[in-house]
Amino acid sequence: MVKRLIFGAIAILLVSLGAYAALYVAPDERTMGVIQRIFYFHAATAWAGETTFFVCFLANLLYIWKRQPKYDWLGVTCAEVGVACITVVLITGPIWAHPVWGIWWTWDARLTSTFVLWLLYISYLLLRTLIEEADRRAVLSALFGIFAFIDVPIVFGAIRWWRTQHPAPVIMGGPGSGLDPTMRRVFFFNVLAMHVLAAFLIVERYLLEETKHDVQTLQREAEAR
Amino acid sequence: MKNLNSVFAAYIIGWSVFFLLFVSIAKRSSDLRKEVERLKRSTPGKSQEK
Repeated sequence: MVKRLIFGAIAILLVSLGAYAALYVAPDERTMGVIQRIFYFHAATAWAGETTFFVCFLANLLYIWKRQPKYDWLGVTCAEVGVACITVVLITGPIWAHPVWGIWWTWDARLTSTFVLWLLYISYLLLRTLIEEADRRAVLSALFGIFAFIDVPIVFGAIRWWRTQHPAPVIMGGPGSGLDPTMRRVFFFNVLAMHVLAAFLIVERYLLEETKHDVQTLQREAEAR
Repeated sequence: MKNLNSVFAAYIIGWSVFFLLFVSIAKRSSDLRKEVERLKRSTPGKSQEK
């Protein structure tokens, strides 16, 4: 319990320092001004969400291979935390877009593929509520999770493969792209902070899944008496 | 500072989403722990074996 509290405190501290750095340390962007500061939170959360979905994908593959419940628990845990991250991305993106583009939303490749990603993992979570039998639920949701992950590289590649309304990548974007050194440091600090926050939420959510398993075991024992 | 309100709104809404997820996990955990205790009390033999 103490370790979990310390982990939570570290996550909150890092996220707070990240926000402080984004709002007060990073220099103003030349054309967009202050609204660009949303980028540090928006993009860092998107990276954390995609990492979380990658862990979900690995857990789904491992479940199909080994059929151990812990991988099913990790899969649903990461899907839930990933959905929270992508929800934040889908909210903060339009808040940035409105003053910059003059519109809240457009159906371009990056925005649409991100929205589809959110819908896919919402479907993953809904699918689990529809199947009663635990083994069948775990297999079907693992298979669906593996399928859903196909969209993650599409989201990553959308601004590289196609011309989009969404800005071109500033990290791993090829020649001509890049960030001011201070902006880069602030961005990667925020990436670290959001990953630590996601990891903390994953630990908490995984423990919930373990407790759920304990309840089911005790219920079976009570029924057997 | 133009658009500063939008920047703060984005951060506050974003943090609220994570806070709500944490509260939801904590609430569900607390309910399940109570259920574990209730079930352990109703099956004393088994809980002692554990």
